Amino acid sequence: MSDKLDKNKNYAGRLGYSYRRNLRERLIESVLFLSAALSVVIMLSIVVMLVKESFVFFQHVSLWDFLTDTQWTPLFDDAHYGILPLVAGTVVSSTVALLVALPLGTIIAIYLSEFAPFSVREIAKPFLELLGGIPTVVYGYFALLFVTPLLQMIFPTLPGFSLLSAGLVMGIMIIPYVSSMTEDAMRAVPMHLREGSYAMGATRFQTAIRVVMPAAFSGIAAAYILGISRAVGETMVVAIAAGMQPNLTWNPMEPAATITAYIVQVSLGDLPHGSIGYQTIFAAGLTLLLMTLVFNIIGHVLRKRYREIY
Amino acid sequence: MQTGAELNQYKSHVKALNFYYGAFHALKNIDMALHANKITALIGPSGCGKSTFLRCFNRMHDLYPGNRYDGEIILHPDHVNILSHKVDPIEVRMRISMVFQKPNPFPKSIYENVAYGLRVRGIRQRAVLDEKVENALRNSALWDEVKDRMNDLAFNLSGGQQQRLCIARALATDPEILLFDEPTSALDPIATASIEELIADLKDKVTILIVTHNMQQAARVSDFTAYMYLGELIEFDETDTIFIKPKHKQTEDYITGRFG
Amino acid sequence: MDKTDELNELRRIIGLHKRWDFLFMITGIIALMIAILTFIALFAQMLIDGMPRLSWDFFTSFPSRRPESAGILSAWVGTTLVMLVTAATAVPLGVGAGVYLEEYAPKNIFTEILEINVTNLAGVPSIIYGLLALGLFVYQLGLGQSILSAGLALALLILPVVIVATREAIRSIPVAIREGAYALGATKWQTVYDHLLPYSSAGILTGIIIGLARAIGETAPIITIGALTFIAFLPPSPITEGFPYISFEWLTAPFTVMPIQMFNWVSRPEEAFQLNAAAAGLVLVVMTLTMNGLAIYLRYRMRKNIKW
Repeated sequence: MSDKLDKNKNYAGRLGYSYRRNLRERLIESVLFLSAALSVVIMLSIVVMLVKESFVFFQHVSLWDFLTDTQWTPLFDDAHYGILPLVAGTVVSSTVALLVALPLGTIIAIYLSEFAPFSVREIAKPFLELLGGIPTVVYGYFALLFVTPLLQMIFPTLPGFSLLSAGLVMGIMIIPYVSSMTEDAMRAVPMHLREGSYAMGATRFQTAIRVVMPAAFSGIAAAYILGISRAVGETMVVAIAAGMQPNLTWNPMEPAATITAYIVQVSLGDLPHGSIGYQTIFAAGLTLLLMTLVFNIIGHVLRKRYREIY
Repeated sequence: MQTGAELNQYKSHVKALNFYYGAFHALKNIDMALHANKITALIGPSGCGKSTFLRCFNRMHDLYPGNRYDGEIILHPDHVNILSHKVDPIEVRMRISMVFQKPNPFPKSIYENVAYGLRVRGIRQRAVLDEKVENALRNSALWDEVKDRMNDLAFNLSGGQQQRLCIARALATDPEILLFDEPTSALDPIATASIEELIADLKDKVTILIVTHNMQQAARVSDFTAYMYLGELIEFDETDTIFIKPKHKQTEDYITGRFG
Repeated sequence: MDKTDELNELRRIIGLHKRWDFLFMITGIIALMIAILTFIALFAQMLIDGMPRLSWDFFTSFPSRRPESAGILSAWVGTTLVMLVTAATAVPLGVGAGVYLEEYAPKNIFTEILEINVTNLAGVPSIIYGLLALGLFVYQLGLGQSILSAGLALALLILPVVIVATREAIRSIPVAIREGAYALGATKWQTVYDHLLPYSSAGILTGIIIGLARAIGETAPIITIGALTFIAFLPPSPITEGFPYISFEWLTAPFTVMPIQMFNWVSRPEEAFQLNAAAAGLVLVVMTLTMNGLAIYLRYRMRKNIKW
């Protein structure tokens, strides 16, 4: 086609320029693509790293022992490798945290989205955001040196380290995540749905509970899932305030290590690379990743099923 | 004082109604009467204040800060001024229902959508709910289409069905006045025809006030028509009079399509 | 039924329902108060314990076995250097990935995997990133327990934050701007570089600041890579006296950071060290609050200035 066109020099020069330009565009697109693809590489590296070290671990320890043994003492002479005590610690501290964070976070979200005057919302939202930005090690300090002594005034038998104290503070820490995502989801519900409800003579509370929340279900579910993953993966608060001794208990008044606290405890010591102790933290990490993965998948399914029903 | 005959004739009187969005004077000193068991249409070019006027009747404006109004809307037979700050807007909304421009069913089943207004009133007995839901759906000509799938999500209905569902929802609580805010503007012609037919059938049961920017629609369904322009009520009369020999030149220009 | 009876019944029901409204409002205010009071208690506790320890010496002294002469010099220098590495890595990668996903990515299965993957990465607990850094950077790549390893670990951690912020900022630019640029013959990259990036820079910057504020406070991944907690020296200076005047030796130096220093002091049984922890915590909280406050302010200004 081009040979039919005017073949003057100027035109050819433009074509050449355009070729160079295309090359540059291609190059840039490739670089950008690589940085996006890096996220997949990171995810794969995480999985490969955890699985690889855990694989070596499971050549020493049978999966059956790992899942059923009730003791976790990998660094003792009489070594036991039962993950149950760590899972129990994680479940108990997370449950306490979620019992605080989900109700309070939801109530705050409903209040800010449906009840609060504009000025209160404008102040409360950034404030909650700041609260969510405080480093977790600071919350750990607060749990150990403020909340635990406070709780000991109410329960004199409470030990210096406890799942209760760590869980409570973790719950407060997670409130901003839950409330801000829940509120965003509720505010995304179109106004005409609310008007429909108010026009029927519904009160604010009835509108919030019966119309807005069901309409925002997928977003609220996502907020809850995020809260759960945060609680399960939280490290510093439990490492500081719940103690680092594995202890198979379902009682929040006792000290116990979580999966994350165990990883911290091992990392603080000087474990040679390649030793069984070194591999245990990867096995523990893999357990943790699988737990959060399960919640993430539930979140995806809920979001897919209930997406944008309004 | 009005005589007894007049009391039965009118459902509501609007007296010196003014409305402001912040500094903007949206409704200027409106006086009007709403005839009982008749259909009254509000027409006028966009921005004339007809929707604003309609929404005064169930105090929707109370939901947003910055809205101010004064004047009276007297609701008969008990002669209560529903704009008074002593009157609870929720009570007003329970007596006066509204159907919106865009169908806005709740993310619930068909049954629960219609039952919503009843549940909000605290009615829990299944038999009462069933009966009222069925009646409302029959009255909105939707019963035959949905009776076998009452538990389906309301969003699965077509646009016209959704709007009839919203009408059923509004009817289920036996309102005294039913407000329609351009109820067919989001619908296709066939669905529009069925909604218009339905509205015409409903006037035996309820007083109707309808906003429309479709003049043929006003001519087809309404008994009375009010023409509004820039927040003022220019002319209010029987629909035939308005469309055949309006008193004001401006009304005639609008109706004959010369402007608007 | 008589109209008045009917109305009275209606009013009774409304009154009942409004009581619920009122009760909920009180509950909402109480819930908000719990959050606010916790924050005040946390801040007050640290202020009371830590304030007396805050002095010039505290910032210019190394940690010590004697609590009263210990300071955070090596910690804040370490934090600054680690953040340099984190920002230098996460900003180009995160912005690049965000631009790709928003402007370039074709609609196919791979793009969808990329998007789901970014969401999933944001949900991975931070300590897992620590394990990745321990296995990959410290041992596999032989970077050791260094500033470089720590900075890279935190960069991976905040990458999703930067990506999401970039995407949202670019997405909010109307299509008309892109069409205007293309209509003048701009290439895709010229459109991105001359228009989209400058117009979304405030939004992207907000995301970067929030990400870095999170990275500053992160403790778990740094503990996991085995960072030493007692460091009484500074990494080699990046500026040297002889040629070539600049050195990257500091990248491989051992280090400590603010949160690690605080954690170290919190875990000591002696009360005097816990006062140091409070003082370090105070500095840390002021740093993160300032950064987050700046981000919130930027967003607020952006919302006010941009009209599209």
